[in-house]
Amino acid sequence: MQAVVIGGGVVGSLIARELSRFRIKVVLVEKSEDIGQGVTKANSAILHGGYDDPPGTLRARLCASGNLMFDELSEELRFPIRRTGSIVVAKDRSELPKLEELLQNGINNGVKDLKIVGRDELRELEPHISRDFRYALFCGSAGITEPWMVAIASAINVAANGGEVVTGEEVIGGRIYEGRVTEVFLSSGRKLKADLVINAAGLFYEKVASAFGVSVPSVYLRKGEYILLDKKASELVNMIIFPIPTAAGKGKLVVPTVDGGVLLGPTSVELPGFSPEDVSTTDSGLASVRESGENLIPGIDNPKFFIKSFAGLRPETVQKDFYIRRAEELANFITVGAIRSPGLTAAPAIAEFVINTIVPETGIDLTRRDDFTPGIEERIRIKELPVREVSRLIDENPSYGRIVCQCNEVSEAEIVQAIRDGARTIDGVKFRTRAGFGRCQGGFCSWNIAKILARELKKDLSEIGQNSKESWVVSGKVRQ
Amino acid sequence: MKRLTTDVLVIGGGAAGMSSALSAAKAGVGVTLLEREPVAGGVLNQCIHNGFGLQFYHEELTGPEFASRLQREMSEEGVSMIGECYIRHIDVKEKKATVLSPKGAFEISARALVISSGARERPFGSLLIQGHRPSGILPAGVVQRYVNLENYLPARRAVVLGSGDIGLIMARRLTLEGVEIVAVIERMPYPGGLTRNIVQCLEDYGIPLVLSTTVTKVIGRGRLEEVEISKVDERFVPIFGTSSRLKVDTLILSAGLLPQVEDFDDDLTVDPINRGFVVSNTGESSVEGVFAAGNNVAVYDLVDYVAAEGWIAGRHAALYALGKNTPGKKVPVVRGDNVGVVAPGIVDMEEHVRLYVRLKNPMEEGTLILKELGLEKSFSYGVPSEMIQMVINKEKLMPLIDAGRLTVEVH
Ligand SMILES: Cc1cc2nc3c(=O)[nH]c(=O)nc-3n(C[C@H](O)[C@H](O)[C@H](O)COP(=O)(O)OP(=O)(O)OC[C@H]3O[C@@H](n4cnc5c(N)ncnc54)[C@H](O)[C@@H]3O)c2cc1C
Ligand SMILES: Cc1cc2nc3c(=O)[nH]c(=O)nc-3n(C[C@H](O)[C@H](O)[C@H](O)COP(=O)(O)OP(=O)(O)OC[C@H]3O[C@@H](n4cnc5c(N)ncnc54)[C@H](O)[C@@H]3O)c2cc1C
Repeated sequence: MQAVVIGGGVVGSLIARELSRFRIKVVLVEKSEDIGQGVTKANSAILHGGYDDPPGTLRARLCASGNLMFDELSEELRFPIRRTGSIVVAKDRSELPKLEELLQNGINNGVKDLKIVGRDELRELEPHISRDFRYALFCGSAGITEPWMVAIASAINVAANGGEVVTGEEVIGGRIYEGRVTEVFLSSGRKLKADLVINAAGLFYEKVASAFGVSVPSVYLRKGEYILLDKKASELVNMIIFPIPTAAGKGKLVVPTVDGGVLLGPTSVELPGFSPEDVSTTDSGLASVRESGENLIPGIDNPKFFIKSFAGLRPETVQKDFYIRRAEELANFITVGAIRSPGLTAAPAIAEFVINTIVPETGIDLTRRDDFTPGIEERIRIKELPVREVSRLIDENPSYGRIVCQCNEVSEAEIVQAIRDGARTIDGVKFRTRAGFGRCQGGFCSWNIAKILARELKKDLSEIGQNSKESWVVSGKVRQ
Repeated sequence: MKRLTTDVLVIGGGAAGMSSALSAAKAGVGVTLLEREPVAGGVLNQCIHNGFGLQFYHEELTGPEFASRLQREMSEEGVSMIGECYIRHIDVKEKKATVLSPKGAFEISARALVISSGARERPFGSLLIQGHRPSGILPAGVVQRYVNLENYLPARRAVVLGSGDIGLIMARRLTLEGVEIVAVIERMPYPGGLTRNIVQCLEDYGIPLVLSTTVTKVIGRGRLEEVEISKVDERFVPIFGTSSRLKVDTLILSAGLLPQVEDFDDDLTVDPINRGFVVSNTGESSVEGVFAAGNNVAVYDLVDYVAAEGWIAGRHAALYALGKNTPGKKVPVVRGDNVGVVAPGIVDMEEHVRLYVRLKNPMEEGTLILKELGLEKSFSYGVPSEMIQMVINKEKLMPLIDAGRLTVEVH
């Protein structure tokens, strides 16, 4: 029995991992050079409490339950989470009803640890919040994570349980026989036998569905732009800060990141046409992100904090809800699409829902295997270890003492481990180890990372890319 | 884990660090120098052009020649240099550091510290230029490193943003290696680099210098494909309708250097304009026994200045370690008209003063005035890219006792 999961974002990777619990060979196919580099890499990284999704929607149900699954998941898969808590802030009494509405909605969705706080408690929770705010809805279960690490760690776990992870290859179609997919075709010409196909292709889910003749709701895109701030800015921020939500979404936030930075954003602007590659930032977007951040935390809009800007795209549908169905046209083809916000939070619950509710419709035999290992070994981050332990590691392997990224204290040994885990590009190493994520943005270390990649992969430097084959770093030697 | 002790601990082995290590050693104390790269030298190692050392060694040297001379003298004086070091934690006040290196982790404590961590280039991301995030956008110093130290070409067709010296030198260097430099773009109405570099690096090679212009967008999916440039007004706001596009695969940034202070600035005071540590003319920072010198104090024009300041800091660090320092009365240096970067920030009346001043705006003719001392120095063609230097003998500092400050202004 073989299942092919299309798309190595957080959704596809977690589904692939759930499938690994059964007597099924799992193949996870990702078209980028690495796992978790689509929507999963450019978002707010929040584990939402789940108080603002409309009751009765799939997203309300899966968000609140997904949130609760993250503690165990992060222990098994060794990715970081921090339950920072969140606040939605309101200026005056006229805005209080909105907070009360969210509170009630949260209670209906089954969210715990929610309360409305007044001025004094708000100051205590978030001392640098603008004096304009007097009330807040506090949610204790909200937190933050490293979304791409959820996907990467799941993929590592899939492979450890005997599955296969294919990167750098695109699913272009398949063979259909008597209303079932029997084979999935990859861009390289490879053909994968398939008893079950899961389409978790993110922004491209409609394209993938139509390659199999399946029709799904159309997506349009909403861009979210961000500015990433230096660790120094985190002194101003304890938790996730939301303005009052509007029809356009949750608004532009101030969010701490798990590695100690701060994010400002996102904007929410609908793109004309369908351009899933357009993750460009705009002057107007960045200006509005700065302004909103400053309104929440005065002093945070300081150029000396700016590290970088980036954008992500939300897959939206008219229904404004996840689309998780078995195809009417094909008995063994399941689409898990339109996974808009809070798709990260919901992802573990989505995976469970797919297995428990949708896969049985395909008639696939779901017999559990008894040798599934849910955990992966913790990857060493010397930055998080006491110096005595680092000292011992260096004595065993001196490359733990060769610090390649000085901003985030990442050693050569950690980079080599990331490459063994599947990193093929500079970004692949960066997202796994945080090397080059700091204030110099890789100015100091990208080069050394490229050299280590070339050495470990036995390639020439001119074959090493930033994140794809096209994104070359050097064109060749100055002199032979 | 090993525990080491030393009299003077120098952090960062560029020109400033090597020079202060050398002068401290010559003053008769034990010196340890920690450098994060395998070898000392800092940016000197990648500056293979000449123009170094005219004042410090009275000879014109290339960067690597200057560095190896300092290295040799350091080892003759018994400085212990440890490469590939990472300072994991430092207690500036206690003068104790925890260090990781491939040879092992160790703790080192010292009587005096010299911090000479240099400057780093402003990364592209911090400029918040709109557009995609392709590869091929690099700071000029990184390009210099690729080409001069690593023997790799990071570009085929490039545009340089910023007319600082590093950008100008790299424009020439890349042209010589067959890379097409489409233009050097500068947002100011005048160039940022030294005049001699404009002539020798651009004009001699026919590379256009485009002033009052900036990059307003970068375009490219994998590698950079195009940049959009636009004219800017006096407040650097892009002027609508003036944009055009250049097809290039590389954008080289020469947008200035930032003193690297972040690992130490919880304890040491930083000047908001220099963006480097506030030090006195002995090199002492706001914490007793902790000295700083070089590009982490202010970004200097010439290595000779850096080496000279390092020398002074090293000597005073040694005196401090020996308990022989004799601090005098200290007064702050205050900025007056048209003064941008200025170092030192404090005058210690026990030592001569060598003052470095950068103008805020260019001037055809001008006079540098030290108000409370009644001293002046006239100059012509003053530009922000060239520091004005002035030396004041300590005997002349007496009026500062009553004045309580030294005001530096330019008229
Ligand atoms: C601005 C923004 C902010 C957000 N903030 C939050 C938040 O704070 N909290 C939260 O819970 N959610 C948030 N979300 C939502 C969340 O990020 C997404 O729901 C989630 O990442 C979706 O994951 P995915 O796996 O569906 O998509 P993706 O990560 O895009 O994965 C799909 C993958 O499929 C691959 N693929 C596509 N076509 C093919 C093919 N033919 N063959 C092989 N592979 C293919 C793609 O390369 C991609 O890697 C946010 C989203 C955005 C845009
Ligand atoms: C392209 C270019 C061209 C130049 N041309 C000329 C010229 O023609 N003539 C001239 O006189 N001058 C020139 N200069 C200027 C001159 O080279 C510099 O001013 C001088 O070398 C700076 O020395 P520094 O020691 O302050 O800094 P750096 O050389 O930057 O040294 C700092 C050192 O500290 C190390 N370090 C930093 N942080 C740590 C830490 N936490 N732990 C351990 N080590 C650390 C770094 O690795 C580095 O080795 C040029 C500079 C450049 C970049």
